[in-house]
Amino acid sequence: MIPELGHFALVIALLLSMAQALFGLGGAARANFAWLAAARSAAVGQFVFVALAFGALAWAFVQRDFSVLYVATNSHSELPVFYRVAAVWGAHEGSLLLWSLCLAGWTLAVTAASGSLDAPFRGRVIGVLGLISIGFQLFMLATSNPFERLVPAAPEGLDLNPLLQDFALAVHPPILYLGYVGFSVAFAFACATLIEGRLDAAWARWTRPWTLAAWLFLTIGIALGSWWAYYELGWGGWWFWDPVENASFMPWLAGTALIHSLAVTEKRGLFKSWTLLLAVTAFSLSLLGTFLVRSGVLISVHAFATDPARGAFILAFLTFVIGGALLLYAWRAPRLKSSAAFEATSRESFLLVNNALLVAALSLILLGTLYPLFMDALELGKVTVGPPWFNLMFLVPMLPLLALLGIGMHAGWKRGFLGNARRALWVVAAASLAGAVLIGAAVYADLRPMTTLGFALALWVMLSALVIPLARLRARQALPAAVLGMAVAHFGVGLATFGITGVQSFKIEKDFALGIGDAASIGGYDFRLTALRDARGPNYAGVEADVVVSRNGEAVTVLRPQKRAYNSGGNPLTEAGIQVGPARDLFAALGDDLGQGRWSVRLQYKPLIRYIWLGAILIALGGGIAALDRRYRARLPARADEGAAAVAP
Amino acid sequence: MTPRRKRLLAVVAIVAGVGVAAALAMFAFRDNLLYFYNPSQVLAGDAPPARTFRIGGMVTEGSVVRTPGTLEVRFVVTDFRRSVPVRYEGLLPDLFREGQGVIAHGRLNDAGEFVADEVLAKHDENYMPPEVAESLHQPTPARVSE
Repeated sequence: MIPELGHFALVIALLLSMAQALFGLGGAARANFAWLAAARSAAVGQFVFVALAFGALAWAFVQRDFSVLYVATNSHSELPVFYRVAAVWGAHEGSLLLWSLCLAGWTLAVTAASGSLDAPFRGRVIGVLGLISIGFQLFMLATSNPFERLVPAAPEGLDLNPLLQDFALAVHPPILYLGYVGFSVAFAFACATLIEGRLDAAWARWTRPWTLAAWLFLTIGIALGSWWAYYELGWGGWWFWDPVENASFMPWLAGTALIHSLAVTEKRGLFKSWTLLLAVTAFSLSLLGTFLVRSGVLISVHAFATDPARGAFILAFLTFVIGGALLLYAWRAPRLKSSAAFEATSRESFLLVNNALLVAALSLILLGTLYPLFMDALELGKVTVGPPWFNLMFLVPMLPLLALLGIGMHAGWKRGFLGNARRALWVVAAASLAGAVLIGAAVYADLRPMTTLGFALALWVMLSALVIPLARLRARQALPAAVLGMAVAHFGVGLATFGITGVQSFKIEKDFALGIGDAASIGGYDFRLTALRDARGPNYAGVEADVVVSRNGEAVTVLRPQKRAYNSGGNPLTEAGIQVGPARDLFAALGDDLGQGRWSVRLQYKPLIRYIWLGAILIALGGGIAALDRRYRARLPARADEGAAAVAP
Repeated sequence: MTPRRKRLLAVVAIVAGVGVAAALAMFAFRDNLLYFYNPSQVLAGDAPPARTFRIGGMVTEGSVVRTPGTLEVRFVVTDFRRSVPVRYEGLLPDLFREGQGVIAHGRLNDAGEFVADEVLAKHDENYMPPEVAESLHQPTPARVSE
């Protein structure tokens, strides 16, 4: 009964999305205020009914209702309740429902917070969001209904993929989707602006906190995914340039470019059409990413053909949303003239270069991700583009980006005086170089050029991010949240660079065959296998090893890697034993019983790897601080005209 | 410089920049593209002899032989028409099993053995690596896992 109610709620949500789109866009076109009010009510109602549908599916999971096909394929009676709830988004159908719920949530938030916008513009924003909702809900109801019944009911579920039975991966999709879908707000704002054909500083100011919020979630989502891959997949890598990862990283790069370009549009009234294009791009890449991951295209282009209905719908929807927005852009963007001059050394120029480099990085990743799909589709052979290509290609735009970041942060608008910062920056540059050489020589006894360059850029970015907050603190000046947020996020970029340089330069990964009492040594640490015992959890059983780690005879820690077999059957799962430290992680994963009392063990020494995720957390935190700036919360004056934009603070 | 010429210059610069970037990217592809072959293609001589590539198929039942107490393992990859022996030293992935699909990364040695430096079983229990599924011409239900 409950699943049928969920199905029914989804149908009502679809009808309300249609009403939201029709009354929103139609009401704005006809200046009909009753319609505009109806669109807002429909948006609220849509959220309620999507939430009901989501609740119904979660209920079916919690109640172990194996008469629902989706529950039977993704749950098990022994699965702990936390993972039964997380299993809602464990596969295709449920993750679409989660997507739709996120979209409805963002729509609700925009509807509630947009009272100060003029009514037709607000209606258009809500209407565009409604159009996207229609697409997703129609897709679910037509091809991927999570409420489909299984007759007769299965006596037992097939279980959630054990790899997904993990805290980080349970919360990863909702946070990632909040980010993906959050870009729909900037997208809807861009479309509404293009429809109206005018854009002012108030628009950019209004869009900035929403974009920052979406980008913040996406940052955390990506970091969680990377962290999970590190400890759960058993390989100890933190980024694989896997298409699934790239699918989330591309919208992040576009979103990062958008945040920076929005700053120029708000402060100086420049880059208007470029900003709109980025807003369209960021969301288009989110859609592309969702479908790349969820449609099976990545597994094989031909998997598309095994379910033609889904494939055709996805292609049609992507064409409609992305193509429609680009057409609108081509038609309307020329009306939006930006006409203000700026010097080559001004902050505008630096942000322009920032955008060019971020878009270059994004294009290269897009090329590397889609190239195998094209080759496959054209029957030119099955290829993969290896991580070395991505590593190399990504460095090319990133090195200048990091080098210029430290200067650009301090360049003034329009004229581009560095002012008092000039001397501080020379000091920072010298200190960074000296620091990098010192770290390389004293800590790692290694001065490879790329490693030294990496450390130097990391220190340069971190230290230059501190210049403004320290100067303001010393002069007892106020530090606006937006400035503080920028400093924190940029410091995070430097910290992540620091970690990446360290782990890529000095990591050690090695496989050994160890019996009880045997030892192996990597990175100056001795790892001794001292015991093997049975391990037992709520829905699994397995083997646990004690690996005693010592350095120069002094005990450091005991790592306890496990090999688990889940009761629902299927393949075993490796749980790595990891000791976290400020200077390095020590990592042991248990392989197979090799005979003669020996087990295969993978040992890893990962210097500075924690700073990658710590940096990502700071980046997200900086975004959050900036989004809370008072300026964004001030009630907007009536729409300022073009002239006012240029002199706005 | 007139604004018109300035704009023209900017456009030329952008086109040149994108062109150079694209050329470099494509050039770098040549060394980093990994091709995939099934055992029949490998034995027919399609695979480049001096380069690394990926081979995929099923692990033949009963073919997995370990040298006891060491990391060395040998198995046979088959597409049910032809078979290629594979040698590997290291940890096998959790999902590696006889009778299951597998992808190995490495190169052929003179003895016709495939010496793998990485073995992947990138699938869950319900589905086979796509290249493998296709090269075996057995449609399998694909379940996408993130």
